[in-house]
Amino acid sequence: MNIMQQLVNGLALGSIYALIALGYTMVYGIIGMINFAYGEIYMFGAYAGLTLALSNYVNVYVALFGAMIITMVLGVVIERIAYKPLRRSSRLSALISAIGVSIFLSSLMVRMKGPNTRGFPKLFENRIFAIGDFQITFYQIVIIGVAALLMLGLHLFVTYSKTGRAMRACAQDQDAAKLMGVNIDRVVSITFAIGSGLAGAAGVLSGIYFNAVQPYMGLLAGLKAFAAAVLGGIGSIPGAMIGGLVIGLTEIMGITFNLSEYKDAFAFAILILVLMFKPSGILGRKANKKV
Amino acid sequence: MLKLENLEVCYGSIKALHGISLEVKTGEIVALIGANGAGKSTTLRTISGLLKPSNKDSKIVFKEKYIYGTGEGSRKYESMLPHKIVEMGLSHVPEGRRVFPEMSVYENLLMGAHSRKGKPGQADFDRVFHHFPRLKERIKQMAGTLSGGEQQMLAMGRALMAHPDLLLLDEPSMGLAPMLVEEIFHIIEDINAAGTTILLVEQNAHLALEISNRAYVLETGEIVLEGRAQDLAQNEDIRKAYLGE
Repeated sequence: MNIMQQLVNGLALGSIYALIALGYTMVYGIIGMINFAYGEIYMFGAYAGLTLALSNYVNVYVALFGAMIITMVLGVVIERIAYKPLRRSSRLSALISAIGVSIFLSSLMVRMKGPNTRGFPKLFENRIFAIGDFQITFYQIVIIGVAALLMLGLHLFVTYSKTGRAMRACAQDQDAAKLMGVNIDRVVSITFAIGSGLAGAAGVLSGIYFNAVQPYMGLLAGLKAFAAAVLGGIGSIPGAMIGGLVIGLTEIMGITFNLSEYKDAFAFAILILVLMFKPSGILGRKANKKV
Repeated sequence: MLKLENLEVCYGSIKALHGISLEVKTGEIVALIGANGAGKSTTLRTISGLLKPSNKDSKIVFKEKYIYGTGEGSRKYESMLPHKIVEMGLSHVPEGRRVFPEMSVYENLLMGAHSRKGKPGQADFDRVFHHFPRLKERIKQMAGTLSGGEQQMLAMGRALMAHPDLLLLDEPSMGLAPMLVEEIFHIIEDINAAGTTILLVEQNAHLALEISNRAYVLETGEIVLEGRAQDLAQNEDIRKAYLGE
């Protein structure tokens, strides 16, 4: 079995998890809540991409971009309706609200599009490039490439833009950020928009890759991405990227070693191990310093 | 410039401020002194909008505009959010400095200018470096790795980046070596001389009275004394309670 080959497969899958994990980690970093609905936003992204792709007027990039816009709006609306009123209440209330949102979204999609798995139309030719006995498909190139571009874009935005700086300030010290004139509500909305847009993009990419879209696809993907975010260190953006790739690679390696029946178990085994031995994750901060 | 009327603030069921009133006039340094837990920080946090008064007839007026409360002859009840208050020209240097530890000194200063439109120019940085030359040497260093004194300078420099008309300073001397405290207080006088009005909260009453024009004494959420700083420095009770004599 060619290790390089599995590396590429794992990278493609891991990119998808990483994109969803970024949403978890960014929102946690700023308001300390886990938005368990990201899996369902990812599913919505896949359906939005599918719907756009089925109308003959758009190509794959327009479908991807359109799905991102739709999920961004969805994310902001969810935050306003389901989380913002609970921001001052206990973390548990917000968590329960998030689970409610995720059940609502998947049920809504069953109602709208039916429970069946749908195929993705062929948006472009999937050629196979072979280098020796190592192969990479055009789909994989697109997935890894798009994910890498989005993450690079996010990194540049968070590092150099004024809004990105305000986001980091909120994550480090929210009251101090307010005193600098940062509008917290606006920053939270933008964070939800970005996280949801990335999850939406992941949905379209996975629809293309696995050629399957169904209303409950978000459940497992969302939980695995959550495991990825915790593995990388919840609150850390590079951590989420690394965590996603590690979870993807582990899953593929498991399949390589004939453990494909357990493929869904690896992410959670990792999650349990991380929580037992290094709860702060790979790049996480030690513990919240409270003054 | 700033006027508080009948300010009442609660933490849950505990009343921290029992209806205090005070005034800061343009160009002044006003000190708010008192023991630990008297409500000094609460007062500042309420002015800058981090806390909200618990009674509706509290009034906070800044530059003739209501930050909180209802103006006479007006029906509109105002309760501004902190970022709006900063935009009006009121900056607050919080207790414990609260610099952004994982940002460089440069980025912290940029955050200070967040409330202003556009990117801050060299002149803005030069103004800060004029008061705090040390920050220029440390410009690329992470704020979390600075010494306590340097963090205090950064917190004040950061606030100056917003070009405030009124600067609220909460315990700038806390945890600093005496030499450094002197230095910081000289800088506060310089900042004031350059045209910024200052409301200073201090436990070090001696120094606070030395540099301020007027002062208020806060005890368990009530103002018990007010007057010119030099008069208060002569006052028997003050000398006993706060100046350790």
